[in-house]
Amino acid sequence: MSLPVADRVRAIAADVLEVPAGTIRSDSSPQNVAPWDSVHHLNLVLALEQEFGVQFEPQEIATMTDIENIVSILRRRLNDHCA
Amino acid sequence: MIASDMRTKIDRLISAGQLGEGLHFLSRLWAQEKSTATASFLVSRFERLRPQLKLLPYRVGILRSFTVEPMVPLLRAAAFCAGIDLQVYLSDFNAYVQEIVDPSSSLYEFAADAVILAIQTRDIAPALWNSFSLLERERNHALVAQITGDFGNWVREFRRHSRAHLIIHNLEQPVAPSAGILDGQSAEGQKAAIEEINRELRALCAEQVGVYALDYDAMAARHGRASWHDEYKWSTVRLPIAAPNLIHLVNEWVRFLHPLTGKVAKVLVTDLDNTLWGGILGEDGMDGICLGSEYPGSAFQELHRVLIDLQQRGIVLAICSKNNRTEALEALQNHPGMLLKPNHFAAVRINWEEKVQNLRELAAELNVGIDALALLDDSPVEREQVRRALPEVFLIDLPSEPSQFACAVRESPIFERLVLSSEDAHRSAMYQAQQERQQLQQAVSSREDFYRSLQQEAEIAPITKATLARAAQLIKKTNQFNLTNQRYTEQQILELAASRDWECFSMRVQDRFGDNGLVGVALLHHNCEMCEVDTFLLSCRVIGRTVETAFLAFLVEHAWARGARRLQGWFVPSSKNAAAESFYPRHGFHLVEQNAKGGLWSLDLAQQVVACPEWIRLVIRNGAE
Repeated sequence: MSLPVADRVRAIAADVLEVPAGTIRSDSSPQNVAPWDSVHHLNLVLALEQEFGVQFEPQEIATMTDIENIVSILRRRLNDHCA
Repeated sequence: MIASDMRTKIDRLISAGQLGEGLHFLSRLWAQEKSTATASFLVSRFERLRPQLKLLPYRVGILRSFTVEPMVPLLRAAAFCAGIDLQVYLSDFNAYVQEIVDPSSSLYEFAADAVILAIQTRDIAPALWNSFSLLERERNHALVAQITGDFGNWVREFRRHSRAHLIIHNLEQPVAPSAGILDGQSAEGQKAAIEEINRELRALCAEQVGVYALDYDAMAARHGRASWHDEYKWSTVRLPIAAPNLIHLVNEWVRFLHPLTGKVAKVLVTDLDNTLWGGILGEDGMDGICLGSEYPGSAFQELHRVLIDLQQRGIVLAICSKNNRTEALEALQNHPGMLLKPNHFAAVRINWEEKVQNLRELAAELNVGIDALALLDDSPVEREQVRRALPEVFLIDLPSEPSQFACAVRESPIFERLVLSSEDAHRSAMYQAQQERQQLQQAVSSREDFYRSLQQEAEIAPITKATLARAAQLIKKTNQFNLTNQRYTEQQILELAASRDWECFSMRVQDRFGDNGLVGVALLHHNCEMCEVDTFLLSCRVIGRTVETAFLAFLVEHAWARGARRLQGWFVPSSKNAAAESFYPRHGFHLVEQNAKGGLWSLDLAQQVVACPEWIRLVIRNGAE
């Protein structure tokens, strides 16, 4: 897949949080997306791990407070991986 | 097609009302990408379509010692694709004992069809999982005995309150034994202790009806024990399984779900060219096709081995191929690399006709529904044609690389079985005898001569533990010659058989061509002078051979001897049981009641008898006088 990381994250979040594609923005978070509870958060983390082939560490999961943070954590991870 | 395009397409098809195509692409999407995100997408679409779909409702309760919440959408998505609308109940963490022993627990209130008991080694036996000491032999023995005993108690307690199927995860081995390589030197090491529990668990499942072991340990090993776990998530959210492995456990559950819900194929219909061998027989000739111990021929031989395995499991093999019949049969008979021979196949269509028509004929010849067929064909075009014309046929998606063929068949859950009756193992031989019978029928002029020439013997006996699996299978699956279409589980049949007012009989039929196996079931309900035939059914194998009259003659005699004065029974019409419609009137029964459900037929036992046909020898066994 050649889509940018941010687009992939938003698409996955829309699937997992069961909201229409396109409604997830970079500032979307558990505070402003109604279905985003702890079970959905775990599912989102797992879906991202499956999609990007990574395994997050607890401190990373703890800082996944909105989409923007998730994207930057993933970017860091994927760059680390390449380096 | 990439997944995001497929999603757009699915939503377009659904909003255009093209339900069938929408469903097809939902299944395709799932086959392509079994991930948490896809599962979530699928479940939301199926939820929306549910009112328009004919799905089989099924309820699964999961008793667990760890987080399984993320597996639920994956499981429901897989079930939806198989035509099953799955409702899932999750127990609280480690509340399984309370749930099992308390008759008013939420588990029993949920009324599950099947319950999964998913407990980890580290939860039920922490001392076996970590810091295992080879020196504490007494303690280790006691631990094994205690856990084995616990499982036994839970199963018995569960059975007191529920008829549901019970699937028990066995215990996994740790990634590395506490004693390192020393564990392998001891007959009483850590591995041996866990193995011992698993062995006892298997024995427990074997002796209980409707209780099955799920080999969790083998599954974790198969997918790579070293990368199976995610210790971070275990310590934070009690999810021990790493994200990419969640689907493996779900797939394993699905393998149980298929046989439990009857979503299984009875017949595997295979193509020949580029499926059973590499190359095209008509062009390459028998010497030119690839089949042997060297790659790529070895890949096809591996597929042969898998098909032979399926046959041992009771799945009937058939051929449907565009080829020259004589040439193809000769290759099957004489090619040195051929492991499958013509006599492995119960029915054969090798011609130049349309595949769809051939499949219809094969189903008719083998006396099964179209929905009992699975098609193995390398050509995506043929598969697509069959899918459009006969959407009920299970299609096995063969990858383009032959070395993956065997795996694709082996992984398909539609060939899974949970019980094996002796009929299953000998089904193919029975179909061959059936072909010979049909040839005889053509040779013999009158029907009665034909019946006589068959030299049939009908043996009637009460249903016992040995015949229970087959009787339950007949009750679950028989649609054509089935008067009431009542369905009972093995557990329910056992309870009926134990009750004083009920009697459960089976009939086995043999003839000069061989044993047809257990082919009839009748359940009688006694109520003073009235005896009701609750269930009467006949396998399609023996329809049209008058053995139903022999069976009824026995029931009439038996009911009279037990003091009944009237024998009655319902005929409940369905879309498939026209073959049984005239059964009661044909034998002198009178219609006494007719309602929306069907007709109630009655026979006055003091006035009328039903004679066993003179060409059938009736044998009554084990106190079924």
